[in-house]
Amino acid sequence: MSQQSSSSLRTPLGRVRGLGAAKSGTDHFWKSRVTAVANVPLTIAFVVIMLMLSKRDYAGAVKLVGQPLVAILLLLFIGSATYHMRLGMQVIIEDYVHSEGKKVALLMLNTFFAIAVGLASAYAILKIGFAG
Amino acid sequence: MAEFNLPKNSRLVEGKTWPKPAGANNLREFRIYRWDPDGESNPRVDTYFVDLDDCGPMILDAIIWIKNRIDPTLTFRRSCREGICGSCAMNIDGTNTLACTKGMDEVSGAVRIYPLPHMPVVKDLVPDLTRFYAQHASIEPWLKTETPAPEKEWRQSPSDREHLDGLYECILCACCSTSCPSYWWNGDRYLGPAALLQAYRWLIDSRDEATGDRLDNLEDPFRLYRCHTIMNCSNACPKGLNPAKAIAEIKKMMVARQV
Repeated sequence: MSQQSSSSLRTPLGRVRGLGAAKSGTDHFWKSRVTAVANVPLTIAFVVIMLMLSKRDYAGAVKLVGQPLVAILLLLFIGSATYHMRLGMQVIIEDYVHSEGKKVALLMLNTFFAIAVGLASAYAILKIGFAG
Repeated sequence: MAEFNLPKNSRLVEGKTWPKPAGANNLREFRIYRWDPDGESNPRVDTYFVDLDDCGPMILDAIIWIKNRIDPTLTFRRSCREGICGSCAMNIDGTNTLACTKGMDEVSGAVRIYPLPHMPVVKDLVPDLTRFYAQHASIEPWLKTETPAPEKEWRQSPSDREHLDGLYECILCACCSTSCPSYWWNGDRYLGPAALLQAYRWLIDSRDEATGDRLDNLEDPFRLYRCHTIMNCSNACPKGLNPAKAIAEIKKMMVARQV
């Protein structure tokens, strides 16, 4: 947190410079913009596909998801959305969690969660696509 | 986690209501944050009544009037009284601004005055801005060149000079940085809008030769990228500047040298 120990004799400039610039951050910024742009058409496609699915029975739904174009759109959506989710949640954790241990643990969990959700969703679509 | 509640010894309590000035019939109520570092007590909000027939129109006029006529212990910074020194920045009616350029007629009801938010308080309305100034120093706000200095001066075209408009006018009053939630939560690592606006002022100075080094110094998830475009900075700036735009321009420069 921003509390500075009044007993520390380190100069204010020394504290502000801290460990120096990390020489990263732009990559994260750029990727979150790229996935945000990708999410616009992909989310529309996802909603349309969900609406189409809601009007079908199980066999019809499986048939629709098994179509290559639909499956690829869903996979792209899952990839882009989970990646974007991971980037965004990382920023929230860095913003609000200030104890180092808790922060590192949550950043790891965030990555694990995004990968697990993304992979499970992709697996389900591929299973339908390849095995029916 | 981020602190959403004030620590117990920082919670505000109701303070003293000072007597109304005798014989005055055009009164304005002021509710002002008070904290004395020498005592053990919590900060309090004192109530004062200002005789508008005996006082200038600005908020600063009123608090000087209070200090002169009612309570000489009321502590605040002020100097130029015309919006150029940045000393009298405080939170007035819920917005960070300069007491000297904010008119009493711009506030309805009682005038509530607090120190700039989320900074250590030295006394009453005086915040500790040590770190804020160090952040400004950390962006090295001076012209950096390696080319041998010309005999007369570093030349700059009028159109290049225009790029500095809206940036050089910053008076470092800290209204913007202390209005920024991201600065509240991560002010120890995020440089804040004021320092970043000044960083941009040197990044786009056509005479400067250290643009790349300056960008390297800001290339950091916290120093620069804690800005989430909340825009409180631009809303607060009493000089009408736009730190949020300056920060966005820095981010664009960062991307431009990679893509």
